[in-house]
Parts: sequence; C-alpha cells; structure tokens
Amino acid sequence: MQKISIDGKTIEAPRNTTILEAARMSGIYIPTLCHHPKLTPYGGCRLCIVEVKGIPKPVASCTTAVNDGMEIITFSPMLEDTRKLVLELLLSDHPNDCMTCEKAGSCPLQWLAYAYGVRGNEIGGERRVFAKKDGNPFIERELEKCILCGRCVNVCREIQGVEAIDFGYRGFNAKISTSYEDDLNCEFCGQCIAVCPTGALTGKLWARKGRPGETKEIETVCPYCGTGCNITVYVKNNEIARTSSREDSWNEGWLCVKGRFGYKFVNSPERLKKPLIRIAPKKDMENRGYGDTEKNFTHSSIHPFTVSSNFREASWDEALEFIAARLKEIKARYGPDAIAGLSSARCTNEENYLFQKLIRASVGTNNVDHCARL
Amino acid sequence: MIVRNDIAIKICMGPAGIAAGGKAVLEAFRQELSRSDIPATLQDKCSSHQVGCLGLCARDVLVKVFINGDKTIYQYVKPGMVERIVAEHIIGGTPVQEWLVDEAYENFYKKQVKVVLADVGRVDPEDINDYIRTGGYESAREMLLERSPLDVIAEIKASGLRGRGGAGFLTGLKWELARMSGEKDKYIICNADEGDPGAFMDRAVIEGNPHSVIEGMIIGAFAVGAEKGYVYIRAEYPLAVERLKSAINQAYEAGYLGKEIFRTPVNFDVKIKLGAGAFVCGEETALIASIEGERGMPRPKPPFPVNKGLWQQPTVINNVETLANIPYIIRNGCGWYASYGTESSRGTKVFALTGKIKNTGLIEVPMGIPLKDIIYDIGGGIEGGKALKAVQTGGPSGGCIPADMLDLKVDYESLSRAGSIVGSGGMIVLDEDDCMVNMAKYFIQFTQAESCGKCVPCRVGTKRLLEMLDRITKGHGKEGDIERLERMCTGIKTSSLCGLGQTAPNPVLSTLKHFREEYEAHIRDKKCPAKACKELLTYRIREDLCKGCGACLKACPSGAITGEKKKPHKIYSDICIRCGACFEVCKFNSVERE
Repeated sequence: MQKISIDGKTIEAPRNTTILEAARMSGIYIPTLCHHPKLTPYGGCRLCIVEVKGIPKPVASCTTAVNDGMEIITFSPMLEDTRKLVLELLLSDHPNDCMTCEKAGSCPLQWLAYAYGVRGNEIGGERRVFAKKDGNPFIERELEKCILCGRCVNVCREIQGVEAIDFGYRGFNAKISTSYEDDLNCEFCGQCIAVCPTGALTGKLWARKGRPGETKEIETVCPYCGTGCNITVYVKNNEIARTSSREDSWNEGWLCVKGRFGYKFVNSPERLKKPLIRIAPKKDMENRGYGDTEKNFTHSSIHPFTVSSNFREASWDEALEFIAARLKEIKARYGPDAIAGLSSARCTNEENYLFQKLIRASVGTNNVDHCARL
Repeated sequence: MIVRNDIAIKICMGPAGIAAGGKAVLEAFRQELSRSDIPATLQDKCSSHQVGCLGLCARDVLVKVFINGDKTIYQYVKPGMVERIVAEHIIGGTPVQEWLVDEAYENFYKKQVKVVLADVGRVDPEDINDYIRTGGYESAREMLLERSPLDVIAEIKASGLRGRGGAGFLTGLKWELARMSGEKDKYIICNADEGDPGAFMDRAVIEGNPHSVIEGMIIGAFAVGAEKGYVYIRAEYPLAVERLKSAINQAYEAGYLGKEIFRTPVNFDVKIKLGAGAFVCGEETALIASIEGERGMPRPKPPFPVNKGLWQQPTVINNVETLANIPYIIRNGCGWYASYGTESSRGTKVFALTGKIKNTGLIEVPMGIPLKDIIYDIGGGIEGGKALKAVQTGGPSGGCIPADMLDLKVDYESLSRAGSIVGSGGMIVLDEDDCMVNMAKYFIQFTQAESCGKCVPCRVGTKRLLEMLDRITKGHGKEGDIERLERMCTGIKTSSLCGLGQTAPNPVLSTLKHFREEYEAHIRDKKCPAKACKELLTYRIREDLCKGCGACLKACPSGAITGEKKKPHKIYSDICIRCGACFEVCKFNSVERE
C-alpha cells in the first residue's frame, strides 16, 4: 500500500493505482471527460490535472500512478482556471445546441460547463463543420459535438475488438473516422454510444423519444439470449425511448446490437400477444402466396400470421391442450421419433432444460435441438 | 586525411549543394577529366567525389580541390566553370584566383569546432572505406573487444554529452537507466524525424556521414544491451534514406552489423522505419507508437521509454547528432570532449543558421559561444546592411532572443533563462523587416497543423491562439488581446500532454516578453512597425516628389492609381490591395508606406 495525501487527507492506495482512482476511492471528486474506468487511461481532456509536490508542472491524475509519500492538490485557483480554460476551448468548438440534444441532462460536458459557469461563447472562433453522411440504421454520429476524448475508439478496440473507428487528420481537423471515411459499417453494438460523454454518438431510434427526467427507468433483463444482460429501459408515455445498461450490472454495462437497439417489437402492432391456432389448411396459404415467408416479411405489407382468415386467436389453455393432443396423436400414429423439438436462445437456461426434459421424457425422443446451434 | 590519389576533387552534395546544381558540377568534372586530350597519367591520379554538406550553403556549389594534400576551395561553382578549373588548375597547376573562396569563408570556419561534422564534407558518404580510413568503426571495435558496457556508459557520462534532440537529457544517464533494466529485449532508436522549420542538422549528418550514426548506435546498443535498433527517419529525406540504407548494407557486409559483430558474441540489427512526415512523431512516445504501426500520438509519461518503450520494452531514443558524437568522444576521450563548452553544457552543437544572414549554412560551435560571435564572425552579419532584430532558436518550441542580448552565451541554461531553448539547433536570424507578431503566428500555424489532436489545449488552444494572432496581424486586434493571449499560452503550457503542446506557446510568450510594443502597435495603432503585415499598411504618393512618370500606374494590378502624365498621381486606398508594386517600381521614392 502506498500512503499518499490528497488535499491534506491521508489515503492508502494499492501500488499501480492512479491518482484519479485513489481520489475516487476516497470520495474526492476530480473532473474528467475522457476517462472511463473500464478503458485504458487516455489523458486527453486534461481536466483531471492535479498538482503534485516536487513536480513543476501539473500532471494528469488519470495517467499518473500513486507513489509513496506523494502530496497531491486537486483544487487550486491555477488548476481551476486551467480547467475552465479547457472547457471554454471545448465549448468554443461545440454546437451548444443543448435544446435539441439527445444527451442534454445526462451529458458530462454540460454538467461541467454548468459547474464552471462556461456558457460556450467566451472565446469564439471557427467551428468544425462536417457533412452528415452516415447511412447506417443505428448510430447517429454528430461529429461537431465530438470532443475527441477517444473513448469510442478505445471501447471499440479494447472491449469489442472491432476497431471500426480511429482518429484521422491532424490539429484542429482531427476527427474520429471510419476507414476511408465510409459510412459506419460495423457490428452496431453501440458500445461507443454507451461511453460517449457528449451527444456526438446517440441512437438513431432514440431521436426525440425522451430525455432523462421525462422518462421512467425500468431495470429488466434482455430477452434476446440466455446470457441475460441487465438492461435499463427508458419509458415515456408507455413507449420505450431507449435502452442502456448500468456499469454496475454483471455485464458491466456492455450490450450487443440486439440488446441496445432491438426493442421495437415491444410496441409493435404486429407483436403476438395471444396464441394463434391455424384454421385454414396449409395448402391454402401457399396458394395465396404466403409460402415464401421470408419474402413476405420484407416485401408484403400484410404479415402472414395476422391474416385472420388463416389463424384465430386462442387462450393459452386451449392452445396448450391443442398442442398436447396433436403431439399424442402423432406419437401414437408414427412413433416418438416423428417429433422433434427446437428450443430458443431467447429462453433462459431453466426453460431450455425443462424443454429438453419434455421432449426426452414425455415425448420420448432425442430429437431436440437449439437455435443457437443452427 | 588520406587521399587515395594525388588529386581529389570533392563536390558538396549536401541538400543545398544539390539544390545549387552539385550533381551537374560533379558530372561536368567527370566528363572534363575523361576527355581524350588529358594525359592518361593525370587521369589515373585524379578522382572526383561527392561529399556531404561543407557548411557554407550560401556559397554552394562549393568544390574542394586537393593536389598533393594542398587544399583549394572554389565557391559558386557552375558546370560552365569546370572546363577552366580543370585546364588551369588541375592540368596547369594554377588555381583560378577569382573563383576561390575569400576571407569571409575563412571567417566562417574560424570559430567553429567540428566534432560531429568533422568528417561531413570530407568522406564520401556512400563509401564505407572512406569512413574507415579516417578511423571509422575503430571506436566501436575497441569498445566491443576490450571494454565493458559499463565502461562505455562511464565514458559518455564523463563527457557530459546531453541529448541534442532538444530536451538535453544526459545521454550517459539515459543509457545507464536502460542498462539497469532487467528485461531481455531492449531497443535503441535513432530519432531522425527532424521536423523544425529551417533545421537541417540531422539531415546533413546522415547525408554527409551516415556511418558515424551507425557506429554511435552500435556503441549505444552495446552499452545498454540492445540487440535491435531502429532509425526512424522521415520519408521527406529521400537522399538521407538512400545513403543510410546503403551505409547499413555496407556495415552488414563488413560484419559491423548482424550476428556476432566484430567477431564478438554481440548481435545488433538495424532497421529503417520511414516516418510519414508528422512533426509530432519526433516526440518519443509518438515515435514509438508510429513504429508499432499505430497512429503517431503521444502517450503519457511515465512510464518513460527507458522503462517501457517500444513493444513495452526498455528503449533508448537518441537523436542523430547525439549518436554521431559518440564515436568521436570514444576516439578522442571524454576529457577532450568535455574541454569544449560550459560547466553544464559540454561539447559542441550543430546549428542550422538561416534567415537574414549573409553566411547561411550548417555550423558547429562549442557550447557557450556568445551569440554575437555566431551572428557576426561566423554568419558574417546581416544581409543587405539591415539591422539585426532578433534570433529565433529552437524552432516552433523555442523563442526569440532580441538584438540587445547578443552577448548571451549559447548553452542550455543561458538560452532557457532568456526564454528560448537550444532545441534541436535551428537558428533563424531576423532583421528589421521581420514582424515579430507575424513570426509567432507562423510558428503557431505550424504547431496547430502538426498537433496530433489528442489533447484539448493543444488541438483547440493553438487554433484559438492562431485565430487571435491572425486577427491582430490583420488589424482587427482588440483591447485585452494581449491578456487573452497570455492566459491562453499559460493554459496550453500548463495542461498539454506532450512536449509539442507544452512548448507550442513559446514563440508567442517570448515575443510578448521582448517585443510587447509590437503587439501593442498592431492592436492599438493598427500599425505594423516592421511593415510586414500587409493589411496594416497604407500606401500614399507624395505630391512633392512624384514626377508623374506613370510607372506606378502601370504596375498597379488593381487599378488603384490614377493621375495625368507629368502630374502627381494618387492612390485610392479602398481599391489598393497593398501589394507594394508601386513602392517597388517608383524611382523617385515618392511612394510612402506606413
């Protein structure tokens, strides 16, 4: 353990802890924008500078390890004035359109500007202007709002292992870019959105659906696979505005494209809410042109399963009884191996276990599989 | 100096020599000497060579003629002059007097001490044997065969050599720190990413004597225990790259590089890594990132490269000039080297002397030499009889030394006290026509364009500085701008991540310190005292002097001048684009500029 003092308070911190981490552990606040606890320290925003006795210039607390006997000052008129200047510089090249920004209310840049009393027009000067050309369906990139903290680049490389984006150009023209400045074409996991401290990266689906303060946060589990990531759903007017995941969840706040953006089914008018039992013979459906379901999903305005003439709604009891009766019938006539069960990755482990038990023990066949294997 | 033949002709083929037509001169000598009417006996004795920078670039192409060891030097040689030199001097034995260098040339060298440049301009850079003949690779051989790495470190420490790249860290100490690391894989990197505007020291050393750098690297690698070395050199130096490549190949063939060099168990490989011309890649952590294949962006220090550098292994990064010093220090002893210079700045330093000075060129002087000796004795004073205003040292990270501080000694501490730095060795001389605000703007423009974009103060701060300076030089300065400049500069200096940002405001701060009144004149009076900022000039024709010749009227590209023949003309300042054509063309000094 290293014994250090921060603002006169004596603290013990393990070796290789950074000053910022040590300060946070003991409840001392140091402002930062580029630091993210799960990513390699970057040291780019320079807001977390602190004075260390014996070192002539301030150091970035996020990249400086504690050393036994260090005397650290996190707050002094010089440090505060420099931090304010850095914020003024950031906001001199920022659209400052908090009125319509998706991030307003949950934006660390906005919080800091508020705390330091920076309106955004103190210095003035040229602003970067970028032509918006991203045709991807998920991630809205407003590079004018980007403060080049590098979090998105690092999360894409270190957590997701995709490296879809990196820095391009030099000086004032530096920006986050895809290869050859093409449209973003990645996994669209949206981890970059999760770590972005400004409104530069948001979800396209989220636009004007609701910001913090006007949404209700509901903790739930992602329905898509057995991993069971914790997600937070932001609901406004009984509609999902967006989703995210908390950093203190077991999945550490990381999600995939499905968990982050695949929630539209919840409010979809096409969503199945009750069991359906087919009433028209299968042949009739094919004749009507619904045989090629894949084609019809994308091209037809009529969903095959909502055609009331082919299906009718039923209660769960009726549907289950119908299934049980048909299974028994088939088993009696053709034997158990005429039946196969296919389970889903969207079920929990327990449900999958029970399903294979049902097929093996009750139906009496080993013809059981799981969609994740296909 | 051993001359292979009785007659040797050495033609300066440094960057300036080539620019002045060195290749054509060499070709002319070769052709002239192979003419059939020249006696075969003479042809056998005579050889012509390309050599590196001879120093006095202002007088290129320089040609040295050695006849039986007697040296004669010609200046401003053009291919057309070669026939007469060969006929009268080489064959006839009488030098062509009117083309010889004059006293100014002698003065240029008088106060110089050549260590790094000792063999630059003497040896053929593309022939390893020429270097070996002057004692080359002897230092490396002696160290590897007879001495221990600790001896080498002790010797370099005792010489007091400090890093010549700019920071001035003690080279011996850096080697010792890397030596002490227990890691197996270590690296030595030669930083040849010279990027300061107006600086060409490293380029001249590599182009003039690449083997001295390789020998320095061998000795350094042996001292720290590195088996792999890189030369990080910018691709904009094609000739240096070519000569370095050929030198490395020759050193491999000679058994000075590769496995079991000098027949010892020591292995050492050198690779060239081409930089893509980013100034920030001269910063050592950005340089390492670039070699690793990443974007050249600085990383926070500590860890320092000597602990965790290339591929996270201990890495020593030395500048070209630092490494080129090593063989000579070993050869002549640390005491010899330390006898030059001052207490804390030992040895010599190469400077690229440029700007408004008569003898522009490459010089090497003992540390601690008074600045005025460089300007007046070596540099020959200011061109065109104008008044010296300041000397800018250290490039974009440096500052200005005003003319009234010419007694200042040129060493690390004195320059730093005066608000500038030694830096890598750029020295730009400014005269009364140079506007200091404009000069600061030029350097900020450079650092802004070369900022990597990682940290906010450097990326956005230098942009805002540039905008402010631009405004001031265009006559839109506002009250309070000086204070705003100072606050911005201090903020950038205090909070930037790497050396580039931390030193970027220096040109502004040092001109504010020494030439504050020029800033005030720009801001308050909307005047440029040096008459360099176009937007702040007004042109007027004095009626009492104007003869009405019409020359200005014809020269004016914007039709701003009217007047009848033989009657005083008039300039309409709202149409005038301030190009100065009328001022240049008037024979009666009737056009006034202020």
